[in-house]
Amino acid sequence: MTAIRVRDLTKVYGEVRAVDGVDLDVADGEFVGVLGPNGAGKTTLLEVVEGLRRPDSGTVEVLGEQVWPRNAAVLPRIGVQLQASAFFERLTAREQIRTFAALYDVSPARADDWLERVGLAEKASARVEDLSGGQAQRLSIACALVHDPELVFLDEPTASLDPQARRNLWDLLSGINEAGRTVVLTTHYMDEAEVLCDRVAVMDSGRVLQVGSPAELVRHLDAPARILVAPGQLDEAGARGIAGTESVEVGPDGTVLTTRHPADVVARLGELGALDGVRVQTGTLEDVFLALTGRSYRA
Amino acid sequence: MRAFSAIAAAIVRGFVRDRASLFFAVVFPLMFLVFFGGVLSDRGQPAAELVQVGDLALVEALSPEAREAFDAAFDVRRVDDLDTALEQVRSGDADVALRQDGGTLVAHYTQTDQVQAAVTQATLRALVEGTNVALLAQEAGSAVPFALDVERVEDESLTVIQFVTPGLLGWAIATSAAIGAAATLQGWRQTKLMRRLQLAPVRTRTIVSARVVVTLGIALVQTAIFLGVGMAFFGLSLTGSWWMAVPLVLVGTLCFMALGLLAGALTTTAEAAVNAANFMVLPMAFLSGSFFSLDGAPRWLQTISDLMPLKHLNEGMLDVMVRGEGPAAALPVLGILAAFALVVTLVSAKLFRWDSV
Ligand SMILES: Nc1ncnc2c1ncn2[C@@H]1O[C@H](COP(=O)(O)OP(=O)(O)OP(=O)(O)O)[C@@H](O)[C@H]1O
Ligand SMILES: [Mg+2]
Repeated sequence: MTAIRVRDLTKVYGEVRAVDGVDLDVADGEFVGVLGPNGAGKTTLLEVVEGLRRPDSGTVEVLGEQVWPRNAAVLPRIGVQLQASAFFERLTAREQIRTFAALYDVSPARADDWLERVGLAEKASARVEDLSGGQAQRLSIACALVHDPELVFLDEPTASLDPQARRNLWDLLSGINEAGRTVVLTTHYMDEAEVLCDRVAVMDSGRVLQVGSPAELVRHLDAPARILVAPGQLDEAGARGIAGTESVEVGPDGTVLTTRHPADVVARLGELGALDGVRVQTGTLEDVFLALTGRSYRA
Repeated sequence: MRAFSAIAAAIVRGFVRDRASLFFAVVFPLMFLVFFGGVLSDRGQPAAELVQVGDLALVEALSPEAREAFDAAFDVRRVDDLDTALEQVRSGDADVALRQDGGTLVAHYTQTDQVQAAVTQATLRALVEGTNVALLAQEAGSAVPFALDVERVEDESLTVIQFVTPGLLGWAIATSAAIGAAATLQGWRQTKLMRRLQLAPVRTRTIVSARVVVTLGIALVQTAIFLGVGMAFFGLSLTGSWWMAVPLVLVGTLCFMALGLLAGALTTTAEAAVNAANFMVLPMAFLSGSFFSLDGAPRWLQTISDLMPLKHLNEGMLDVMVRGEGPAAALPVLGILAAFALVVTLVSAKLFRWDSV
């Protein structure tokens, strides 16, 4: 069964085509990432799919139901963390999540469990205004998950998290995904998408440019690998002499060779006795992303 | 039901933890009450200088006790023509000129010293009403003991509190209802909480009624505090059908919540919404006699005043709480306030845009 089915979806704000003819399918139990530069239309796409905004054209089906106009049959089955944290003013973290729990008829005890799971047990009595950016973010995620929804939407969930909190959240999200929940998230971190997502959709200017598993996209890109040889191991002429090398760059950190045949080049480096401290970087999702969306700033 | 109480509890907590809104809803109006009721009436308000124009049958008819109160409140001088009297009032030599025109007692005073004017006016009104009651009692035969009415005269003539409490209460309720509604609407929209709540399986109706019920509750608590403080410390005494103030307060609150919604719908930030609400309510409080009576104000000002819902709320509360009118006196006011609330709510709903942020 498909959790989400989007066909030819368009959402226009005045002159801006924030979402422009998007098709997207998300299978039950899948973990899907939406990538794209600022202003690409990720948030708008999610908001239309969640049923918060009315599409200008196209169709959206979530868990087999229409989402617009507001459909009470879908709401208890989805969990949403919006890009901007949305809290009741002047409540403590505990009161906050218990309030949301009550809206979904979930017990206060389970709400407290969720505080624990996102590492906020210590901050339970702090007012939401006094939480740090990352803590507020985690509270917002906990509020989205408190009723154990089948389908979870997270808009840049790791945006302001420290590395520890980020890893913990990855574990948490992988956990709920393994328990059979479908997860859709947006992110600017390619490593995150590579680690978590079964498939990613790269968006720009309202359009989905490519969809596929991270590995598929990287393979598709056919980017050269970069091999970094530690300083003093190899001179420039020696580097250029290695068959299959496309370019050579000498810097203070060593010599960088680019090649489409990394295995051959590394074997040759071994013969030359230059393997100490060698690092190989193959193409990453980031390369895919930059190749698809270019390098210039977005409005 | 769980959703309703959870949202209501969240709103109540948000309110009582917000020092500023608590201050403006309760403490600030109470300060006015203490000022008018305590400082001005009890601590030896100097006798007002009164110029009497010709004979005043009504004053002559006062009972000895009431006469004593009258003499204590006013330094009386007598002149024979109105123009001289008015000139004295205008130049500040006298506080008030008093003449009798048929059955009506007419007081002329300037608004330069508003406090003095309010006190003068309150005292005179108390005397007139006291006399009316006394005369009524006499005509009805011996059914009502005369002594009781005399006591009332004395009581009322000495307390400004009777006349300032309903007006200040009206202002307090209007302010907190309007600001509460405006801030909630804009604040929730700004922080996206409104959107987040849209995604929860809760009806809009539940959210709106939680907000309305909390605001009504706050208004009742304000009323209880006001009347409690007034009675305990400043000798406020309520007349027969004061309980009609409860429906007046409730419908008045709805009316000002509607104005707050309008302020929220017309603006795009929470701060602007609160300012707009204040901007509507504060001048309205002046124009509605919340701080001082407008009985002596020019005709055109009184006409404007009649368009203000707060004026009707204040008058309604004065009628039932201190003027001794029956419960029926509040009914037209309730109708006016309800109609106003309905119209303004419809206009706000029409103007409201989800997507303005
Ligand atoms: N409420 C709105 N009114 C008008 N234009 C909007 C609105 N929301 C978004 N836009 C525009 O639509 C486009 C897409 O915005 P969106 O928020 O979906 O981008 P995004 O991909 O989520 O960006 P980011 O990575 O910065 O979160 C942008 O050009 C934005 O300026
Ligand atoms: Mg976004």
